[in-house]
Amino acid sequence: MTPSDPIRRLFVANRGEIAVRIRRTCERLRVEAIVPPTEGPAALDLLDASAVVAAARAAGAGAVHPGFGFLAENAEFADAVERAGMRWVGPPPEAIRAMGNKATARRLAAELSVPTVPGSEAPDQSDDALRAEAERVGFPVLVKPAAGGGGKGIRVAAEPGELHEAVAAARREARAAFDDDRLILERFLGGPRHVEVQVLFDGHGNGIHLGERDCSLQRRHQKVLEETPSPAVDEAVRARLTDAALRLARAVGYVSAGTCEFLLEDDGQFYFLEMNTRLQVEHPVTELVTGRDLVADQLRIAAGEPLGIDQDAVVHRGHACEVRLYAEDAESGFLPATGRIEQLRWPVGDGIRVDAGIELGSEISGRFDPMLAKIVAHGVDRREAFERLATALDATVVLGLVTNLRFLRWLVRHPVIRDGDARIDTLERIWPPHGQPAGIGIPAAAWETAAAAFHTAGAADPWRGGWRINGPPVIRLAADGEERAVRIPPGRAADGSWVRDAGTVHVDVAGRSVSFTVAPPPDVDRAARAAATLAGGAQPAELTAPMPGAVLVIHVPVGGTVQGGDPVVTLEAMKMEHVVSAPHAGRIGELHVAPGDQVGRGQALASVTVRSE
Amino acid sequence: MSILRTRLDPAAADTRANREAMQALVEDLRARTAAVAERGAGGDERSIARHRERGKLPVRERVDRLLDPGSAFLELSPLAANGLYDDEAPGAGIVTGIGPIEGTVCVVIANDATVKGGTYYPMTVKKHLRAQEIALENRLPCVYVVDSGGAFLPLQADVFPDRDHFGRIFYNQARMSALGIPQVSLVMGSSTAGGAYVPAMSDETVIVRGTGTIFLGGPPLVKAATGEEVSAEELGGADVHARRSGVADHEALDDEHAIALGRSIVRNLNRRAPPPPWDRRPSEPPAVDPSGLYGAVSADPRRAVDVREIVARLVDGSRFHEFKPLYGETLVCGFAHVDGWPVAVLANDGILFSQSALKGAHFIELAAQRRIPLVFLQNITGFMVGREYEAGGIAKDGAKLVMAVACAEVPKFTVLIGGSFGAGNYAMAGRAYQPRFLWSWPNARISVMGGSQAARVLSTVRGGFASDEERDAFEAPILETYEREGSPYFATARLWDDGVIDPLDTRRILSMGLDAALHAPIRETRFGVFRM
Repeated sequence: MTPSDPIRRLFVANRGEIAVRIRRTCERLRVEAIVPPTEGPAALDLLDASAVVAAARAAGAGAVHPGFGFLAENAEFADAVERAGMRWVGPPPEAIRAMGNKATARRLAAELSVPTVPGSEAPDQSDDALRAEAERVGFPVLVKPAAGGGGKGIRVAAEPGELHEAVAAARREARAAFDDDRLILERFLGGPRHVEVQVLFDGHGNGIHLGERDCSLQRRHQKVLEETPSPAVDEAVRARLTDAALRLARAVGYVSAGTCEFLLEDDGQFYFLEMNTRLQVEHPVTELVTGRDLVADQLRIAAGEPLGIDQDAVVHRGHACEVRLYAEDAESGFLPATGRIEQLRWPVGDGIRVDAGIELGSEISGRFDPMLAKIVAHGVDRREAFERLATALDATVVLGLVTNLRFLRWLVRHPVIRDGDARIDTLERIWPPHGQPAGIGIPAAAWETAAAAFHTAGAADPWRGGWRINGPPVIRLAADGEERAVRIPPGRAADGSWVRDAGTVHVDVAGRSVSFTVAPPPDVDRAARAAATLAGGAQPAELTAPMPGAVLVIHVPVGGTVQGGDPVVTLEAMKMEHVVSAPHAGRIGELHVAPGDQVGRGQALASVTVRSE
Repeated sequence: MSILRTRLDPAAADTRANREAMQALVEDLRARTAAVAERGAGGDERSIARHRERGKLPVRERVDRLLDPGSAFLELSPLAANGLYDDEAPGAGIVTGIGPIEGTVCVVIANDATVKGGTYYPMTVKKHLRAQEIALENRLPCVYVVDSGGAFLPLQADVFPDRDHFGRIFYNQARMSALGIPQVSLVMGSSTAGGAYVPAMSDETVIVRGTGTIFLGGPPLVKAATGEEVSAEELGGADVHARRSGVADHEALDDEHAIALGRSIVRNLNRRAPPPPWDRRPSEPPAVDPSGLYGAVSADPRRAVDVREIVARLVDGSRFHEFKPLYGETLVCGFAHVDGWPVAVLANDGILFSQSALKGAHFIELAAQRRIPLVFLQNITGFMVGREYEAGGIAKDGAKLVMAVACAEVPKFTVLIGGSFGAGNYAMAGRAYQPRFLWSWPNARISVMGGSQAARVLSTVRGGFASDEERDAFEAPILETYEREGSPYFATARLWDDGVIDPLDTRRILSMGLDAALHAPIRETRFGVFRM
């Protein structure tokens, strides 16, 4: 181990909120933080290890912090950083390798008598072998990339018939995300909790844990809400969990901050899932409760300093909870959203922390992870923490693109959360709320605010602004696929949170940024199609892209027959796959796209003609 | 160019009383307008529901969709037929107005089938013809949204035969088409009998499948005449006219599609307004806050407020180049801009004397020479009477002003901002002097003379009253008639104006009117013989 030598200039190989977060600690510690540009002509490709190393060297950095995502768990990158004479703010490459492959990690756990979920490392990757292994492990089965994490590429096959599609999809995503399409299989547990233990090891053999976090509330295996301590972990379980985590970390010679993830069942039985050899997104809840700065700890450890704290000296004060603000449309299947931040207001108050990577004017392009910020609350107990979080979310305003803010406001008040009862499949069961129609039902006041904003904007031109003689102005607006002729009552001005950006007015509707535009006039082709659909019903269905993305797979050729619900086109956007299915049985009439094509939201992909009976 | 300033104290009792009085009048105006508009298309809820069930959009929705998204609509005479025909024809069963379609300012004339099947009452004809007149004078394309059963048969004598009756509609279409003013029809319902000529006389016509029909005689008439039994659709539906007869050019699948086709037709008219003979300036709001306008209009006609208080609240930057401010002071004349358009303003500030009339005639000559549109702010009890004035030649001086007003070829706009009595109405470009537009404020009064003067004239002519009471009893019904007939709502019901407007909208409406008017080239003026 190199002797202690403080880091003076740190290269942050990341972007967004974690880059901001790391820089904040650096400023406090008087360490110069260098964050490379990731947009624009001088953008650094954060996935290109040699480019990142070169950029860090060129910047004269003494150390590289990878943040999370990108190259954070890439052992070759860690090696390259160290070979280039810089310190790696993270665990030794060997530890990354040992934990990075889930199969070897599971074997290690078995050696240490830490239970794992029944599964198969399936060394033979042939379809037949995978099928046989799946039968052995038992359905429902999880199909997961052997490499990687973050929930990417994970598929569930509920029964043998679904295995083929699950394997194909998981392979594609694994290859795209990790350049490694090997898969493992795992028994899918019914409704466990996701609990993880934060550990911290120095280079001198000292290691402590900082308690557990409960991240059970997830959607598509991505965490949405995290808290510490877990409402389901008592002292006895905590002792066993933390002991398992420390033994696992020690066994691989772990150094720096890391997290061991477990599934926890109601009877206290837990299974080791994997170890994340990096800082976690949800680290702030641990920081708020323990009063530590994990980035500062990482930097000191990387500089060769000893941990300087015993397990007994770690204090846990109160309760902390965090939600992730995503650029995604919770009301329509969590589809990624894009746009520009036109208005932004963060909450302030006792116990509130916001880790944000966006500011007014930020373009959310869809090139990167859709997480915009984390809103974290700390309180003396769980009740206070969640109340503060709820209040903080109410005070938050993000306009210009759809976010999950409205959903988060709903979520933190939900009894399942208030009662600490969340499981990893809870969200699928409670969202969207039963009986609630798709969309959010925009209230009349929001329509009026938008109309008033357009009216005022058109005031300079007497022919605009929807003016009517001796009556309320009327402007026909479109929002969320609905059109409405809005009358503006006398004296009605735009109120609440709203912002106008060229031809769009964004209005805050209970936390959702709803974009209003003046409805387009009747169009000859559109009107004819709509009229024909109404009249005949036998018109071909036009399949359109639900979001911008790249065409990955065309499942059916032109002329091919489909059943209702069959996949027709698979798109990739935001590193996630989205299947566009046939709305009804029929034949593929036209295909407008080919694999590799970039498509915009709403762009026509294919048409499905109705099968003549 | 000097900037008008206000001397009005907004807190003064007079100003407050003025404001409150006008506020009440405007609220009444809005309520009257809403009463027509909120009957949806003008018809009652049941007939609108029936209309929708047939897949037809109510008339106002048709117009709104036809116009450019988010655009204004300068509706004409929305209170036409107000109080007539037992109020069975709100808005006279037709919506007319001016608005942009595909960026082209058009006149829209849309039947309201929920009002007696869209049939033409006398005022319907008058309103239709007035809209066509506006299109003709200002060279604006006409889009007819046709949904009408033709003439209202019980009143055929007041609808059918005369020069300005039903037949004039098609005459106008022919003449406008000849002048290159596009005529477009969207047949979104019946187009029956004489009404069939609206689409047939149009340059380009759309018909909606299933609801649109065009025929000279409907199925009952056909059966009566020839015994032939035929459905309306077979007789004159979209299929017949778009595929066989050629009476229609485009078949639409529904109202929305028809509107889209109509917009497409207008887009392909490729029209452009002729360049005006001067530059439009950047618009500038009045320097004197227009919101004080109500307080500047006297609630008591006998106590005048300086008309410059009104001008200051209408013109750009409140800038007013006043002409002859020291001469003929009861007629305020001056050049200004409204929303960037140059205007020559004539505003009454008292009774007209010889000097005022001479000044007005001179000023109109200036405006005509410079091709500057004229704006008349009319608040006039008439010309001065009496031996001295008659001998001074007030009749010939008044005649000079009337001559100037009648002959000026620049666009004229008249706003009745108060009284409009007697020959003052003529001298200040009343309806007979064919201003491009004429609007009334809700405080306006219009009659040949004041009610009390008329009553006194009539009682004096009759004479022989035994007592004052007897004379008062004779005068009372005359006063009452004048009171009723002098109301702006009596006037607007009969199309004596193009609408009663909120004074606060005057600036905007003038601007729209100016924009519309300048689609026609401004011709050179030739005055007649001025009696010297």
